[in-house]
Amino acid sequence: MATASRVVLIGGSAGGLQAILTLLPGLSVRLDAAVIIVLHRQNSTDSVLAELLAVKTSLPVREAEEKEVLLPGTIYIAPGDYHLLVETDHTLSLDYSEKVNFSRPSIDVTFTSAAGVFGPKTMAVLLSGANGDGVEGLADVHEAGGITIVQDPDTAIVDFMPRHAIQAVPVDHVLAAADMAPFINDFAGLVVG
Amino acid sequence: MNRNHISEQEVSMLLNDVLERYGYDFTEYAHASINRRVNHLFQLDRFPSFAEFRYRIISDADYALRFVEEITVNVTEMFRDPQFYYVLRQQVLPVLATYPLIRIWHAGCSTGEEVYSFAILLKEANLLHKSVIYATDINTSVLEKGRTGIFPLSQMQQYSRNYMEAGGVHDFSSYYTANYEYAKFRQDLGEKIIFSPHNLVTDGSFNEFQLIICRNVLIYFNKTLQDKVLRLFCDSMEPLGFLALGSKESLNFTSVSGQFRQLDGKEKIWRKHHL
Repeated sequence: MATASRVVLIGGSAGGLQAILTLLPGLSVRLDAAVIIVLHRQNSTDSVLAELLAVKTSLPVREAEEKEVLLPGTIYIAPGDYHLLVETDHTLSLDYSEKVNFSRPSIDVTFTSAAGVFGPKTMAVLLSGANGDGVEGLADVHEAGGITIVQDPDTAIVDFMPRHAIQAVPVDHVLAAADMAPFINDFAGLVVG
Repeated sequence: MNRNHISEQEVSMLLNDVLERYGYDFTEYAHASINRRVNHLFQLDRFPSFAEFRYRIISDADYALRFVEEITVNVTEMFRDPQFYYVLRQQVLPVLATYPLIRIWHAGCSTGEEVYSFAILLKEANLLHKSVIYATDINTSVLEKGRTGIFPLSQMQQYSRNYMEAGGVHDFSSYYTANYEYAKFRQDLGEKIIFSPHNLVTDGSFNEFQLIICRNVLIYFNKTLQDKVLRLFCDSMEPLGFLALGSKESLNFTSVSGQFRQLDGKEKIWRKHHL
């Protein structure tokens, strides 16, 4: 199968899981983009997270493995305690370097790395959270010509992260989690047939 | 925020310079991580342009060493992934105990936190006195730190928790002396550890081991280099020896997968077949 030509990045921290659970069921099963989720959490709950998300979508959900090829219509979760990066050949790399914004995985690291590879074919979604991780990455996605979406702070469980992002970065859409799926489906395009 | 960015091609040029001038070969490292680190250093040291960055690396050997040390990842902790250490304690140490002399290679040991962790396991199994641990890294300044056995005191609470989760039953603080912000680990733990430089990319085998530990090093290499290093490990290991990797690393789909069998359970520990 051909590697994904587009990527949808979803980053969240405190309260982000609820938003992801809300938006996932709306994603089309014929999504023509790879989806990468970076969620801050305790590193012991990994397999639980993939299982939790898998219940909400028919798309395959898995924890990212190093050197794995990004496939369209697949959801990859950044593993606990590693940064997740994207290589130019659309494979994934893991990195156990210093925490960024007190976080590993860091949303910034994945967003910036993916934006450098997919450029305008990147969509980044930043959700609820209590720290500033993701804002710089979102700016890099915007600079690369990608689309930026931020959760409407009034609908986020913790509004610091989305509020900060809206102030710091040109954001294309500010949306409630329940309204995000159509935008993602539209951006990703659908596999015909 | 895309500041002054160095492209992947420019990073390749630097890596070639460092290889030709100084013999450090990063050309087979996975790109994404190394690009990020090179860019980070470029910004940290405030070079006005790529040309000046490159000139400094080529012309200043001390700076080139800094470059090498900064682009390699040296993050580590004691008893990282406690369950992994628990399984080593339960399943690997009893086998090692049957050897008259236990030889262990900890490759890519960084500042040595995991080496001391393993020395504690050996001590508690009453095996340390007949063991030798070769702890190697490409980066000589982290080895220097490892040799001192001195780690930040602020980490000890976390390490103590990890130690207990790994099946430790003693008072973790009995293994070190606290002095200001530092914890100095007991002399007897370090006595059997030999810290020594070794470059997995360019250096060969130097002994035969019953256990090789190499955690969170292979993730920075491309497939070709991973295969090469795994063959080096395979060639440096006695039949029925153990190979322990990081929690996201695997022998699956590598050139040596046929020569090893993974231990039951989910820990990344393999045992080499008998010939």
